[in-house]
Amino acid sequence: MSKILVNINGVDYSAESGKMVLKVANENGIYIPTLCHFEGIKPQGSCRVCTCKIDGRNMTACTTPASHRMVVVTDTAELEKIRATIIELLFAEGNHFCPACERSGNCELQALAYRYKMMVPQFPYLFPAKDLDAKNPKIMIDHNRCILCKRCIRRKLEPDNPSWFVFKNRGNKTQINLDHELTADFDDELAQKAMDTCPVGAIIRKEKGFDVPIGERKYDKNPIGSDIENKGVTS
Amino acid sequence: MSKPIIATTSLAGCFGCHMSLLDIDERILDLIELVEFNKSPIDDIKTFTKQCDIGIIEGGCCNSENVHVLKDFRKNCKTLVVIGECAIMGGLPAMRNNNAPISECLEEAYLNCVSVQANEEKIIPNDEELPMILDRVYPCHEIVKIDYFLPGCAPRADLIWNALVALVTGNEMDLPYEVIKFD
Ligand code: SF4
Ligand code: SF4
Ligand code: FES
Repeated sequence: MSKILVNINGVDYSAESGKMVLKVANENGIYIPTLCHFEGIKPQGSCRVCTCKIDGRNMTACTTPASHRMVVVTDTAELEKIRATIIELLFAEGNHFCPACERSGNCELQALAYRYKMMVPQFPYLFPAKDLDAKNPKIMIDHNRCILCKRCIRRKLEPDNPSWFVFKNRGNKTQINLDHELTADFDDELAQKAMDTCPVGAIIRKEKGFDVPIGERKYDKNPIGSDIENKGVTS
Repeated sequence: MSKPIIATTSLAGCFGCHMSLLDIDERILDLIELVEFNKSPIDDIKTFTKQCDIGIIEGGCCNSENVHVLKDFRKNCKTLVVIGECAIMGGLPAMRNNNAPISECLEEAYLNCVSVQANEEKIIPNDEELPMILDRVYPCHEIVKIDYFLPGCAPRADLIWNALVALVTGNEMDLPYEVIKFD
């Protein structure tokens, strides 16, 4: 790939042409929040949390390829407000009872809310009627917490198999569906992989959870993205 | 200047937030120097005896009495601070909001639950002395205007302490990353 120059937050960085803006930023120690993005799978650009000003327009960094002399701004007050609002809307339109959630402390959505100091509710909580699917012997699906990021559908847990997750219904009735026949003999490893694919507590391993004490979980002390910011330049 | 006056109450909460308030440890001695307590389970004063500066609310509203007490706090306190997930978004009591109609909750609690043993007449308590259970659990800000929100289950003692110091001294609140938590 040919080398290009991309300007991020006022600094010129050399990058490979066509690499996504998100990746270029991350490799240079600049964090951009994400939710639907998952390293190694094709980006889909649906959550909009990674929105940046790219050549003057609001664009998603995970799906925009870098080009020569592109100008990217990642952290204006307006962008931070957009992101904080998206995050709060996800809380309001689901049923997120963090104190009772196995994923609490390790949840990407919650971690973003911490990073953006979500304290004052601006939207009414909808408390939609949603269910839990616990038919699989190894994992359960809690629709109350699903943010419909599609990561579980887009990531193949085993290279040769199609995804075992699909969307059903449409609009605000959309929900994730697990193929119970194909996943009947899920082992612990696949169950863990499925859980790790999900950014929130919607895919949970059975008979597991709450095993890391409060204070030692991933986002208890370190804000999400601080690993990228502390690592500095990696390429 | 006279000391600021604080009132506190627990609505549909578990008293965990009040425990967290006590978790400020020896700083409670400083607090008593800084403020005066009025209506609160901490000093067992049951009714407001004067106008208060700060009202601290734990828990959301799940019955008519919660609503009554919350409105009373709004009337008698200049500034209302809600503490904890239950007060902010309903918390665990609000887990009934998304799926279970109130009749189903009462039947489960008094008739069908495995631990129900001695209710042969199948009575669901309905005495007029009892507060009415609401159709769902309401966050406090849906009932009255709330001035400040301190999340957590329970909120970290440092978060409550920092907020009280800021309110009493009029300085900006110290908000380090570790104190904003939802669990
Ligand atoms: S999925 Fe995340 S945000 Fe939702 S309840 Fe669980 S910890 Fe909280
Ligand atoms: S189950 Fe998890 S990974 Fe799948 S769409 Fe929902 S939030 Fe995303
Ligand atoms: S991470 Fe880019 S749109 Fe979701």
